[in-house]
Amino acid sequence: MTASAHILEKNSVSRVMLLVLACLLPGVLAYAWQFGWGIVINLAWASVLALALEALALGLRSYPLKPFLADGSALVTAWLLALSLPPLAPWWLTLVGMIFAIGVAKHLYGGLGQNIFNPAMVGFAVLIISFPAQMTQWSAPLVLASHPLTFGESLAFIFGGGLPAGVTIDAVVTATPLDTVRTGLLQQHTLDEIRAASSIFGSIGGVGGEWVAAGYLVGGIALWALRIVPWQVPAAFLAGIWLTAGFLHWADVGRYAAPWFQIASPSAMLGAFFIATDPVSGATTPRGRLIFGLGAGFLTVIIRVFGGYPDGVAFAILLMNLCVPLIDAWTRPPVFGEAKKK
Amino acid sequence: MELHRFPGGIHPEEHKKESSSRPIHAAFVPKKLVVPMRQHIGQPAKPIVRVGDHVLKGQMIAEADGYVSVALHAPSSGIVTEIGLASVPHPSGLPDLCITIATDGRDEWCERTPVDWRNTDPAALRGHVRDFGIAGLGGAVFPTSIKLDPAGGPAIHTLILNGGECEPWITCDDRLMRERAEDILEGARIMQHLIGAEKLIAGIEDNKPEAIAAMRTAAQKIGVAIKVIAMPTIYPGGGGKQITKTLTGLDTPSGGRTTDVGVQVFNVGTSYALSRALNHGEPLVSRIVTVTGHVLRPQNYEVLIGTPMSELLLHAGEREGLTGIIMGGPMMGFDVPAMDVPVVKASNCVLAKSKELFPPRPPEMPCIRCTQCVPVCPAELQPQQLYWFARAKDLGRAQEYHLFDCIECGCCSYVCPSHIPLVDYYRFAKSEIWAREKEKRLADTARERHEFRLFRLEREKKEKAERLAAKAATKKAEAPVLSKEEQDAKKKLIQEALARAQARKATVTPKNTDNLPPEKQAEIAEIEARRAKIREIANQPVEPEKP
Repeated sequence: MTASAHILEKNSVSRVMLLVLACLLPGVLAYAWQFGWGIVINLAWASVLALALEALALGLRSYPLKPFLADGSALVTAWLLALSLPPLAPWWLTLVGMIFAIGVAKHLYGGLGQNIFNPAMVGFAVLIISFPAQMTQWSAPLVLASHPLTFGESLAFIFGGGLPAGVTIDAVVTATPLDTVRTGLLQQHTLDEIRAASSIFGSIGGVGGEWVAAGYLVGGIALWALRIVPWQVPAAFLAGIWLTAGFLHWADVGRYAAPWFQIASPSAMLGAFFIATDPVSGATTPRGRLIFGLGAGFLTVIIRVFGGYPDGVAFAILLMNLCVPLIDAWTRPPVFGEAKKK
Repeated sequence: MELHRFPGGIHPEEHKKESSSRPIHAAFVPKKLVVPMRQHIGQPAKPIVRVGDHVLKGQMIAEADGYVSVALHAPSSGIVTEIGLASVPHPSGLPDLCITIATDGRDEWCERTPVDWRNTDPAALRGHVRDFGIAGLGGAVFPTSIKLDPAGGPAIHTLILNGGECEPWITCDDRLMRERAEDILEGARIMQHLIGAEKLIAGIEDNKPEAIAAMRTAAQKIGVAIKVIAMPTIYPGGGGKQITKTLTGLDTPSGGRTTDVGVQVFNVGTSYALSRALNHGEPLVSRIVTVTGHVLRPQNYEVLIGTPMSELLLHAGEREGLTGIIMGGPMMGFDVPAMDVPVVKASNCVLAKSKELFPPRPPEMPCIRCTQCVPVCPAELQPQQLYWFARAKDLGRAQEYHLFDCIECGCCSYVCPSHIPLVDYYRFAKSEIWAREKEKRLADTARERHEFRLFRLEREKKEKAERLAAKAATKKAEAPVLSKEEQDAKKKLIQEALARAQARKATVTPKNTDNLPPEKQAEIAEIEARRAKIREIANQPVEPEKP
């Protein structure tokens, strides 16, 4: 017996999650095109882990498997984590990350819809704190790699750690442009010197990375057009980065990178459209979303520039996740016929 | 005229064509009519007939009980066979007091006396409206006489005839406007007379062009100054606050009514019923009902109140695979508890369900806070937050988030990707709040009574003490001092009385069981033992029966 509508729009959690995955594809394709097979293998591996861990957690909690495995939320977590890790990350790194993402951040908090923190970012945070070395070994863009790995070689490296004969680790991996800037500045070089010393910098961001960021942007706009994510979060997030980075850049051109450089990184675009927009752990009111996005963008730059980690998106979003209940409570919009506060 | 857009809303499939193409089918008289006493908001009507009475069509069978109530009438002629609990169309599924009439098939009217409403005192006229049983036929069934009473409230400048009919499938107002527009407008004339509104507007969604044309033609023909406006088709555009916004641009204050901004809204069916009552002397004994969905011939019927819905389905052609009946539309209607529940004044639609047309709701998934419910909410609420508060029984927060502004239109549950029956949660929270408020009221009353009792006891004690003190004072002043002999004589008297009493006690008063034969005595002892046993059992805590 129900008094709620007897008819439903054709919509479901699975549809929402599958559309998110579909909108990630442009970025994923650009990633594979620019950086090789590693990301494809890691996405597949993370997906397998996600489904297995989700099934295990559901079983332990005596939840029905079918509807919750089919909802696709575990796959989204898997993809977001895999896309945040170095594409040649060893298999166990992904495993540890996924255990924390699905097991701790999602199911220990009560499962789908109950998690305070973005599960993928919790997995990422655990890894970057616990395994900093592995987390900074990023694949070099194919155009710069002296020995681009084949599919088989990538597979062997991820699951066995072995490289083809005669190939050293330095030929395969490199630091990200963001990391390069951070380390260079620590060594008291100026921005121009750092840029001149490395071939990793592209026209706006990093070589290859620019394309991945562009792919995420395209998918993200599609996600907005499909009404899956609201415009406030990505717009405010990118604005937060741009304004903070812009202010620093204006204050000291020689030391702080241009705002466009900060925005054109894959992590910023992924964060803006796919991670900060996670509905469960994000703000729900229009003004709240602006605050959430601005705060996350601001913190991203602060952590990138002044923090001890190569990137700040994950911590920025986790910190803002903490503020969501407060933000939502403070920004409740007026209801119909309620005196609009001036 | 400039139209305004109310916030929120959805566009579900309309399904109007199925039933709107056929004309209204005249009322048929079923063998049995079951008339519930509670068909309107407020106090249920009080039966004034007895079992065995012969009643004529239109004869009052139950009178209005108080101000917020309306009368009820025999929908057809026949004999009252039962006054008692029967199954009624209510989401609770609980039976309610009904008068059952076995019809005689003659459908014989009682004497119909029209009211000269132009020359009747307004208060008396509203009394007539109540005694003719008129209540809002748009679905809320609020007593119309109260809405027609401008006293005390803000002045009404605009009267809106609501022909929105925004719910899918329902076409009863559409057909009524197409076929009986003149009576609708005559009713509006009476309303305007009583309320004194300057402006009269009829709002009709633009998916009913024939109805719009018919209303305009009729207005011209009988000379009623009314603007007939085609509104965009958006659900829930026919809601009172929504149609007010669309037609006047006025925002009804949160927690308030449209009358707060000087607008009163009536459903076209109500207006029609009002005209039939006052101009023709016909009380509300029938209404137009859309019978549609999984039936062979979906169409509108003029149905006698009390007609079992199952009989309506037979008339419209029952089909295999019927899975239930929704009373009302698919958005705000509810599943009736039984197929044979009667049609009541609120029954605008009898919607036959099948698995194909209305598949069961998929299992509920957790809320992912996607907020797809927010932009569709016409009250601009935060449905996802209200859902959390309702689940957590955080009723204070729910009220802070304006739970009571929810009009239960169902837009949120329509779009929810987790298929959560959100409106059920809001209804639950609302009823919980009402229950607690009632409890609190009762507790307050009890506490006040208790406090007053303590106060009274204290006061009485004080008064008594004062009285005694005063008495003692006067006694002391007046009492003669007894001499030694007198005191001794008194003591002696007391002693003697005590001795007499003790002597009486010594001779035991015989019991009436003493002289019985031993068998009887044994029997009595056994009965006493059994009673003791039963008492013992009765005092034991009840244990749930094991299956």
